[in-house]
Amino acid sequence: MAEITAAQLSSIAVPVAPAQASGDVPPGSVGIVSPQFISFDQPLALASGQVLPSYELAVETYGTLNEARSNAVLVCHALNASHHVAGIAQSNPKDIGWWDNMVGPGKALDTDRFFVIGVNNLGSCFGSTGPASINPGTGKPWGAAFPVLTVEDWVHAQARLADHFGIEKFAAVMGGSLGGMQALSWAITCPERVGHCIVVASTPRLSAQNIGFNEVARRSIISDPDFHGGDYYAQDVVPGQGLSVARMIGHITYLSDEDMAAKFGRAQRAPAANGEFHYGYDVEFEVESYLRYQGEKFSRYFDANSYLLITRALDYFDPSRNCGGDLAKALQPALASFLLVSFTTDWRFPPERSREIVRALLKNKRPVTYAEINAPHGHDAFLLDDARYHSVVQGYYDRIAAGLGLPERRRVTGVLA
Amino acid sequence: MSQEAVAPRHVRADLARIASWIAPRSRVLDLGCGDGTLLAYLQANKQVIGAGVELSDELVIASVRRGVNVIQQNLEDGLALFDDKQFDTVVLSKTLQSMHNTEHILREMARVARYGVVSFPNFGYWPHGWSILRGRMPVSDEMPYQWFDTPNIHLCTLRDFEDLAAAQQLRITHLATFNRNKEVKLLQGWRSTLAVYRFESP
Repeated sequence: MAEITAAQLSSIAVPVAPAQASGDVPPGSVGIVSPQFISFDQPLALASGQVLPSYELAVETYGTLNEARSNAVLVCHALNASHHVAGIAQSNPKDIGWWDNMVGPGKALDTDRFFVIGVNNLGSCFGSTGPASINPGTGKPWGAAFPVLTVEDWVHAQARLADHFGIEKFAAVMGGSLGGMQALSWAITCPERVGHCIVVASTPRLSAQNIGFNEVARRSIISDPDFHGGDYYAQDVVPGQGLSVARMIGHITYLSDEDMAAKFGRAQRAPAANGEFHYGYDVEFEVESYLRYQGEKFSRYFDANSYLLITRALDYFDPSRNCGGDLAKALQPALASFLLVSFTTDWRFPPERSREIVRALLKNKRPVTYAEINAPHGHDAFLLDDARYHSVVQGYYDRIAAGLGLPERRRVTGVLA
Repeated sequence: MSQEAVAPRHVRADLARIASWIAPRSRVLDLGCGDGTLLAYLQANKQVIGAGVELSDELVIASVRRGVNVIQQNLEDGLALFDDKQFDTVVLSKTLQSMHNTEHILREMARVARYGVVSFPNFGYWPHGWSILRGRMPVSDEMPYQWFDTPNIHLCTLRDFEDLAAAQQLRITHLATFNRNKEVKLLQGWRSTLAVYRFESP
């Protein structure tokens, strides 16, 4: 429990001496940021039939909402990220936003002109209401009683956030991976509220292989003796071993074979004399050490129940399900223009999945741009510096800005500077 | 970014001619759309609903900057992303001669659109014959490559193309030919370096 509380606390603003903070802000950064927590008291009806009586969303915003409220962009996050999209966390100067290379003054998503909202998904563990939050009905953490959520539930919760800011229509809703699914769901669920839908390294549904990996991750958590049926908070333990293994599995799917070969190859971690093997089961290869480190680090800041919930939301996502598997039919309500980006070595959500979406959109005569970036870094490529990828996104946002009559780009910073 | 860079007011003579064959507000697919010049021009001047296909990263980025909806893919992989008769006109400009599967792309064009436009360098241009008589492969403005580095693997003459079009039941409705950006009206097969055909799909 201590670790989860720490994770939550880390998103709560702690004052920092301004002089000390401002000296370290690099060009193109939105600067020192802190979240706000917005409460919603109206019950939220969920896909499962359950009702969340009230909830709180952790949010960061960058840039300025213009008078017409036409320049807002919602950035949706993937499995383990948060509302901290860009900038330097006030609470921890080492905590840089997860899409800081994409979002900032002069970056592809240019906060000189756009008002950007980052929101932590319901059910996650960085400040928005989730399984580790206190259930108002019992006064104890929700734990296993926290309702299972879907991508559509997230969109409904986020739509109230748009209402809160007085934003009728987003200039764009954007996300990578699971965030891309949310963007796609936004375009279907709230068609009149999305001008452009930007879907990066995503998929219209998980494959059996994807679900398989998620299930292994979940079983790893659930079979940890410290899981206690999801109510481990009361026992003052966390299923850290299980969560760590879950993360190791996930991490492999984010990297390409090529990338892992280049990063680790078969390099030994600390070979015995004359480069010999140890002939045992402790860390022998660099890749093992790396995965263990990633797993352990993750299990210190992420909540196991949130991991279960979010992987399940991934599994359930399939907008074509109610349309007999016809994705074009599912996308028929969409009114947005679309940008899709995929990466050639992404075997988690390969280009073919994005092409499926492109094909469905073309069938519906929706305007669609599609870039297939030949990058070696697998699924993770959507978070990395790649000039071609960033040029496409920047070019697309510049066209959005022109279409909305926003000012011209003042500067170019970050990956393309 | 100036408006001119986004949507040029003037385009090459062959592109202008292609534009003249395209109905206002129609749906246009430009295969190998390059930097999006033709589509940006058509969007600005004919209010067409355009889509482009391009493989090169740089040209995809240039098209995005022009506000052209571009899809990055290799034309050799076919047009599986597009449904039957999804477009009014499909354009393949100066690309046919460098494709491996010439017949396939023409069939795919006829499948996805009612009208097709194809342009290619005319191998029958008379100085090419001189070149060959002198024992050299022809090199010209439209075909500025040496034999060993040319991407042009399927060169043809006007009549050659007309035969293939006939074999695929493509009904040719228009032909325009050009030499150094000027239209050629007389002895087209000999005097032109670039041929532009418009056909109606079966």
